[in-house]
Amino acid sequence: MNDLLRRLLDLPEQASQHARDVDGLHYFIVLTTLLVGLAIFATTIWFLVRFQRRGEGEATPEVQPTRWHEAVFIGVPLAFFLLWFAIGFPQYVDLTRPPPDAMDVFVQGKQWMWKFAYAGGPSSLDVLRVPAGRPVRLLITSRDVIHSFFVPALRLKQDALPGRYTETWFNADRPGRYQIFCAEYCGLSHSGMLAELVVMPASDFDDWLATQRRGLTRAQDGAPTPGEALLPGTSLVEQGRTVAAEQGCFKCHSVDGSRHIGPTFLGLYRRHERLSTGELVTADEAYITRSMMDPAAQVVADYQNVMPSFQGRMTPPEVAAVVEFVKSLANPAEQPGPSEGPAYEPIPSK
Amino acid sequence: MADHAAAAPGGPHAALAHHFESLEKQGQAQRLGMWLFLATEILLFTALFAAYGVYRYLYTGAFAEASRGLATWMGGVNTFVLVTSSLTVALGLDAARQGRTRRTAGLFFLSIGLGLVFMTLKAVEYRHHFLLGELPGPSYRGHIPGSGGSLFFSLYFLITGLHAFHVLAGMTVLGVIGVKAWRGAYSAEYHVPVELAGLYWHLVDLIWIFVFPLIYLQ
Amino acid sequence: MSPSPASSPPVYAVRNYLNTPATGLRSWLTTRDHKRIGVMFLVAVTVAFAVGGFFAMLIRVEHLTPGPTIMDAMTYNRVFTLHGVVMIFLFMIPAIPSGFGNFLLPIMVGAKDVAFPRLNLLSFYLYLLGAGIALWGMIHGGADTGWTFYTPYSTTTSSKVVPILLGAFVLGFSSILTGLNFIVTTHTLRAPGITWTKLPLFVWSIYATSVIQILATPVLGMTLLLVAIEHAFGWGIFDPARGGDPVLFQHFFWFYSHPAVYIMILPAMAVISEVVCAFSRKNIFGYKAVAYSSLGIAFVGFFTWGHHLFTSGQSPYDAGIFGALSMFVGIFTAIKVFNWVATMYKGSIDFKTPFIYFLGFLFFLFFGGMTGIALATVSLDIHWQDTYFVVAHFHFIMVGSTMMAFLAALHYWWPKMTGRMYSERWALVAAVFIILGFVFTFLPQFLLGNEGMPRRYFSYPERYWALNVASTAGASVLAIGFTIVLGYILVALRYGAVAGPNPWGSRGYEWLTPSPPPLENFDVLPAFERGPHQYHDLPAAPPTPAPGPAGEAAGASHG
Ligand code: HEA
Ligand code: HEA
Ligand code: HEC
Ligand code: CUA
Ligand SMILES: [Cu+2]
Repeated sequence: MNDLLRRLLDLPEQASQHARDVDGLHYFIVLTTLLVGLAIFATTIWFLVRFQRRGEGEATPEVQPTRWHEAVFIGVPLAFFLLWFAIGFPQYVDLTRPPPDAMDVFVQGKQWMWKFAYAGGPSSLDVLRVPAGRPVRLLITSRDVIHSFFVPALRLKQDALPGRYTETWFNADRPGRYQIFCAEYCGLSHSGMLAELVVMPASDFDDWLATQRRGLTRAQDGAPTPGEALLPGTSLVEQGRTVAAEQGCFKCHSVDGSRHIGPTFLGLYRRHERLSTGELVTADEAYITRSMMDPAAQVVADYQNVMPSFQGRMTPPEVAAVVEFVKSLANPAEQPGPSEGPAYEPIPSK
Repeated sequence: MADHAAAAPGGPHAALAHHFESLEKQGQAQRLGMWLFLATEILLFTALFAAYGVYRYLYTGAFAEASRGLATWMGGVNTFVLVTSSLTVALGLDAARQGRTRRTAGLFFLSIGLGLVFMTLKAVEYRHHFLLGELPGPSYRGHIPGSGGSLFFSLYFLITGLHAFHVLAGMTVLGVIGVKAWRGAYSAEYHVPVELAGLYWHLVDLIWIFVFPLIYLQ
Repeated sequence: MSPSPASSPPVYAVRNYLNTPATGLRSWLTTRDHKRIGVMFLVAVTVAFAVGGFFAMLIRVEHLTPGPTIMDAMTYNRVFTLHGVVMIFLFMIPAIPSGFGNFLLPIMVGAKDVAFPRLNLLSFYLYLLGAGIALWGMIHGGADTGWTFYTPYSTTTSSKVVPILLGAFVLGFSSILTGLNFIVTTHTLRAPGITWTKLPLFVWSIYATSVIQILATPVLGMTLLLVAIEHAFGWGIFDPARGGDPVLFQHFFWFYSHPAVYIMILPAMAVISEVVCAFSRKNIFGYKAVAYSSLGIAFVGFFTWGHHLFTSGQSPYDAGIFGALSMFVGIFTAIKVFNWVATMYKGSIDFKTPFIYFLGFLFFLFFGGMTGIALATVSLDIHWQDTYFVVAHFHFIMVGSTMMAFLAALHYWWPKMTGRMYSERWALVAAVFIILGFVFTFLPQFLLGNEGMPRRYFSYPERYWALNVASTAGASVLAIGFTIVLGYILVALRYGAVAGPNPWGSRGYEWLTPSPPPLENFDVLPAFERGPHQYHDLPAAPPTPAPGPAGEAAGASHG
């Protein structure tokens, strides 16, 4: 029954008990509405046929309601409405009361990506991993404008507000991969602000978290250079890719040659670019750096001047790494990279 | 007053619009219209007062501090000035009721004078804030740390600025009606515009009576 | 087609508001006649509707494929913002009150004009000014914030929000002046004989609308002004970076905009109450219930704005209050729905175009309203907030109900306004297109919302593709329907059969005067002995202008 109605109503899979509860209320309301709608429809059709005008000068009697009519008109809907409210409201209140043993994950929205951070330091971008069957509390905030963290499969949504934390919680009980959307309009790539919820069997999750934490400790031991946020031990190109992902370059630039909001990075290095002024420039290191620091100065022809400046948002080593990364893409054969197309594709687990 | 129409069978009063049956009805309509307009004006300010209330609650300390920095005595004098001007307007209306419209005009000009005093004091206060760098939003250079100070002054300038704008509008209205009264456009029978101008001025006064404790006193 | 009853003498009023005192453009632009102002408003809002509809079609075409179809993301974001702004501020809010309300309300209360004709004309020019400013902003880049202007995005975006905000601010004053005029007119200009309980239901509902317009619009005006100031100077009232509170903006905005949705639906209910009586040839079932429930909606509507903020982190306590109050506001609508249906009982139903739109209205309001109730149950809203479910909810009410009522009004009063009939056959064709097109456009959007597709999405995952195509197909049918309407009413203007004073045999007061009405509405003021919804004494008096001494004491019957 549940499954049939769920499919009829096009609801996504139910990944938590909360989702199933909410859907129950949904079915109740939909079925009642359809029944009452049908009753009203049938009545109108009946009146329409029965009281069709038969002659021009036809007179009609005066009909006035009695007290009973009014009581029914008010009482019946009110009873239903309040009943639904009485079911729905506790479900909502429940969402504001995370169980005390819930695991905390910090969620940060920013144009146009989601960052998830776990206690002890590990963090990830656009992939939220959680253990199945254990409550998880999300502490949500935003770095810039309002976003909204939305997981249809959990029937869960919470706005991410700049300058303050909001919280919600869930207990996903079915391992799997679920879509995360940004549901509050936040500008250009609002519809590209997608992420993925990966619900793992609890033991797998523990292993994963432990590995993450170990990696982090080793990294911290390795090179505590002040001011340098990069993880050493990887090649500069790899670091550049991480930084570019973190800074959100891939929201606008692809690495597979496809045109996005900005030009692709593939084969960019040493390419001859035509600017909006008609001028031709060669994309060398200096040009790439300037493109990041003062994008409005030289705008590529056929593109809009929407790239934000990253001046002050990246440390010099990070800039250098990104430039290295872009240079590494000079040879088209080298880097396939993940597609950033709008269609939803599960992000492969690393 | 009521038998005015009957007393002038030659034709309706010049101020009577074609779609009203009597001057009295028309006056009623105009009064009701004015009251509704005043209600919208109050609600215009209500939005700002609500914002002020919320931030005062969120930044209690900073708002108290900033409010202490205001020259309460000037605000107090201004309150007194405005209340007095309301009184002169009311006296002007009373004079119009008795048909002494020259006197009405005189009292209205006196009220405009008081309005000018109010605006002058306000300008002195504004100048003071400018000198101290107590400006709204990003221009704030005052001594209160955090965002509270700049928020306070954003709201301070918005509220008092909007009020000052209303004072100016009120003075204009009083001026126009005052001149017309001097020229004898109104009489004991017909002086609805005088009444409406008075109502508007009372509103301007009333709003200040809210603004003063809200902003100057804590 | 010979709609005029044989007995009514003046078939086409020779001297009417259209040719008296003059016919030139100048005489229209400087007119103080409420009927002409109403007609000018109707023309203006129809143009606005076509513009908004154009943007809507751009949205739909863009969604034909999951990725980019005909535009880029930036353009899309502007298009839906402009669609919302144009439809709400330029079309829906003024459409029925300023258009039909202006034309009809004074006639229905037996007045010669509204209380302040000059303010009325000013209101029209404010509308043009506001529309002009907004249009200027649209041409010079447009805004990309959504019609809700949520901060801090709206205060930091580089698009042209300031002119759009100022435009909306000015439009607000146009709406305030109209509301003020209507309230004063209803209070002070009712003809002798028209007591409060003999007021047409149209007037009751428009009156309730006006109350909301007067009380809510100033707050919105101030709020929009604050956003504009903040965008221009960065004063930080709503900007968290300067200590401001972005959620406070949402409270301010919805404090107006929730009541504003009733500004959009109450006039529609006003029309429907008239139409259902006229075409069922029956007294309204429960006059008082229908009349007072309008005031109930206007009142309770002020306390439910928080149901737009269920996901913004407000306390569950607040959410509960707002949710529960939303349920109560639904009851007043339910009362009306049931009373309208009951009005048909024992009637003599004439299945003409306005009645078809009445039926459309009834069902779409029912489903639109019930989905509103579902949203107000709080826990379900968490899933649906900012998805296409909400989009479908409000289009069901705004297009499905208000637009249907607008069309019902257009057809019902067309003969009164122009003195000519439209083609019933074409109207039927158009109605079929519009109703089917509507269902196909917005029903799939409920499912999309269930599936979780967020609104304001330029691109979407492929699994939403099929339903989006269905919706676009429906929208095309809808567009064809509207175009047909536009076509035949323009034809009717010139070639339509002469309607006569009362082609429908309606008892509404506006039908007591010739069509089109003369300059000051009534050649001879009727006595208004009968209630405007009273039919049981038919066919004793033929529906002609009843010459009677004005001011005669009226009978006590009503309903
Ligand atoms: C004219 C416009 C209009 C009207 C009349 C309504 C009417 C209602 N609306 Fe709607 N609403 C909008 C326009 C409108 N709305 C818009 C534009 C938005 C989105 C804004 C945005 O974000 O852009 C919105 C969004 C919106 C939300 C927020 C969704 C979200 O973003 O998360 C909610 C939540 O509670 C809601 C609720 C309601 C309710 C309870 C009513 C009630 O008034 C409905 C009452 C009617 C009925 C209930 C039908 C009749 C009932 C019966 C016949 C009873 C019979 C039943 C039984 C016997 C069981 N609306
Ligand atoms: C009154 C209000 C109103 C009306 C009538 C409409 C009408 C339509 N709307 Fe709109 N819509 C809104 C108000 C309205 N909308 C609002 C407020 C939003 C939210 C915006 C935001 O997110 O900020 C929205 C958002 C919105 C979206 C979501 C966009 C998104 O979130 O990404 C979509 C998507 O399909 C849509 C589609 C449509 C369609 C297909 C119509 C069709 O019904 C239109 C059909 C009309 C025509 C094609 C015009 C034809 C006209 C003529 C030929 C003139 C002659 C007419 C007569 C004589 C009557 N609308
Ligand atoms: C908001 C979208 C956006 C983001 C985010 C973005 N860019 Fe861009 N970028 C553009 C656009 C659009 C252009 C083309 C117009 C221009 O030159 O300004 C561009 C141009 C460029 C160019 C010049 C490309 C050429 O073909 O000449 C470089 C290099 C570049 N960006 C690097 C970056 C890097 C590195 C980042 C991340 C740190 C980044 N961009 C983030 C939108 C973006
Ligand atoms: Cu982030 Cu939308
Ligand atoms: Cu609402």
